[in-house]
Amino acid sequence: MTSNGHYGPYGGQYVAETLMKPLADMEKAYHEARNDPGFKREFDEILHDYVGRESPITVCRRLTEHLGGATIVLKREDLNHTGAHKVNNTIGQALLARRMGKKRLIAETGAGMHGVATATVAALFGMPCEVYMGAIDVKRQSPNVERMKMLGATVRAVEEGSATLKDAMNEAIRDWVANCDDTFYVIGTVAGPHPYPEMVRDFQSVIGVEARRQCPEKFGRLPDEAIACVGGGSNAMGLFAGFLDDREVRLVGVEAGGRGIETGEHAASINGGRIGVLHGAKTMLLQTKSGQIIDTYSVSAGLDYPGVGPEHCHLHDIGRAEYSVINDDEAVAAFDALCRYEGIIPALESSHALAEAIRRAPKMPKGSILLVNLSGRGDKDMENIMEYKRRIGK
Amino acid sequence: MNRLSNCFARAKESGRPAFIAYLTIGYPTLEKSETAIDQLVAGGADIIELGVPFSDPFADGAVIRSAGYEALKNGVTLSDVIALAARVRAKHPETGLVLFSYYNLIFSAGLESFAADAEKAGVDGVLAVDLPLEERGELLPVLRRHDLTLVPLIAPNTPMERVVKSAEDLDDSFLYVITVKGTTGARTELPPELSDRLESIRKAVKIPIAAGFGVSTKAQAAEIGRHADGFIVGSALVRRLGEKGTLEGELLA
Repeated sequence: MTSNGHYGPYGGQYVAETLMKPLADMEKAYHEARNDPGFKREFDEILHDYVGRESPITVCRRLTEHLGGATIVLKREDLNHTGAHKVNNTIGQALLARRMGKKRLIAETGAGMHGVATATVAALFGMPCEVYMGAIDVKRQSPNVERMKMLGATVRAVEEGSATLKDAMNEAIRDWVANCDDTFYVIGTVAGPHPYPEMVRDFQSVIGVEARRQCPEKFGRLPDEAIACVGGGSNAMGLFAGFLDDREVRLVGVEAGGRGIETGEHAASINGGRIGVLHGAKTMLLQTKSGQIIDTYSVSAGLDYPGVGPEHCHLHDIGRAEYSVINDDEAVAAFDALCRYEGIIPALESSHALAEAIRRAPKMPKGSILLVNLSGRGDKDMENIMEYKRRIGK
Repeated sequence: MNRLSNCFARAKESGRPAFIAYLTIGYPTLEKSETAIDQLVAGGADIIELGVPFSDPFADGAVIRSAGYEALKNGVTLSDVIALAARVRAKHPETGLVLFSYYNLIFSAGLESFAADAEKAGVDGVLAVDLPLEERGELLPVLRRHDLTLVPLIAPNTPMERVVKSAEDLDDSFLYVITVKGTTGARTELPPELSDRLESIRKAVKIPIAAGFGVSTKAQAAEIGRHADGFIVGSALVRRLGEKGTLEGELLA
């Protein structure tokens, strides 16, 4: 990474001038906090006592036996408080907000998981919280809307544009521009302007750092591959961060293929997009020929974003990580498999990563290890899964 | 001296601030935008900012956003806006023309081909809302090769040394000073500290400065005119054009 958060040609700070000062303040405060042992201690303590870290790794015995081949191992972010990896990041950002003297938290959310994680830490720290959510998502994800309200947050439905995640992010940026003196914008993924991609990766790197220690303890060696789903890409960046220097570990990001890249109805920015600038960063984007941003589609609302974190684009370019695509049907099949073979209900997002492992395992020798980041639990997806199955007539 | 500088110089000679008008092009239709520009020029506008509609207008207030969504429904693209600029240029040789766009539309078009088209159309400058000082290095040299300039934005919280840096190498341009923290849109009151802020910016740079965001009345324009070289009106004009379909008559309330 170079100055102003560029990763190769990606990243940067493509924002309205009013946000340059708050971003500079944030970068300075974050770099000071990162070097402050007290900050790290408090972060670790909350992760331990409140989130319940460390999260275990779990061998999928029956699924592995059924597939024949590589051993599938899960990093269990689904066991965190709030049920997903998102809370690692919101705790870090809320601590930073408090350190900077900010009084109010705002966030964008798609499926609602980041909104819930932000509302959770806002309650924990006693800060008012407003969450912007596309009106369509408010309808699709009503249980999470209720959870946020129960935690004391205000949910603002965004009616305009495509009324989904990107529009929620637009509205959160507008709020921040107007209120940047006292408000901290908690971004939920490794996207957005510098220093967000770096900061969110660092807060999520606890996933990879733990797994990097746990695998040798359990298996006497590192995994052959580390696999994670990629929407904006925060759980994947968190996992990859632990293994970037271990060249023998293949890093695999899995994008949402929706109904198939060829149909145009997908959310695979690296595999199906083109370089552009959105929400503060240069990155791979789903866009029209003339540069308008396209609505995305995936059965999993949490992967439904037209961009992706800039560092992923860079890791892809330099060949350190590879990025594959899993369509709705394969993700849902993987969801079913984990329920039936292991008694774990995974989030639909994480099911994409699992599906990639299910594809790969039979082709690999016995004893090789596929580490899959199970980024969240699937209770939130019950309605979506049932509706999906009704639609395809299963 | 180039055209934008001339616009400010002419206004100064007549003892008035330059009048800069923003319109979202394609709202309510391309034809009506073009007629409205003729009316603006007739009504005394020195520089026209041609707003290019974008799917994700995160820096704009409600009026310009909904105008942009309408223009997108009409299928308006950056190429349409540049083509309109060429027609306006043919009719109004002295009027300053600035393309006002989110950076992705420019980047996506390809910097070189964008700049060549804009130059050919007779555009004078480019304002990219989300392209701050640190990131403009890839665009500015390309614009320069095509005899185009860049219009930087200055925010209420931009430190003075950064204001000075923003004006560097842009002798043929002007600074667009944002009056309030927030998005575009008319406001009943401008912040009380604005006049001091404008005076200190004016002292710090050699190029003209113009203030916008929230300006909608003659009184506000006159107040800004005492402390800046020009004022910018956007949302108020866009709203009126949307309501009446024309900008015939008095431009400011």
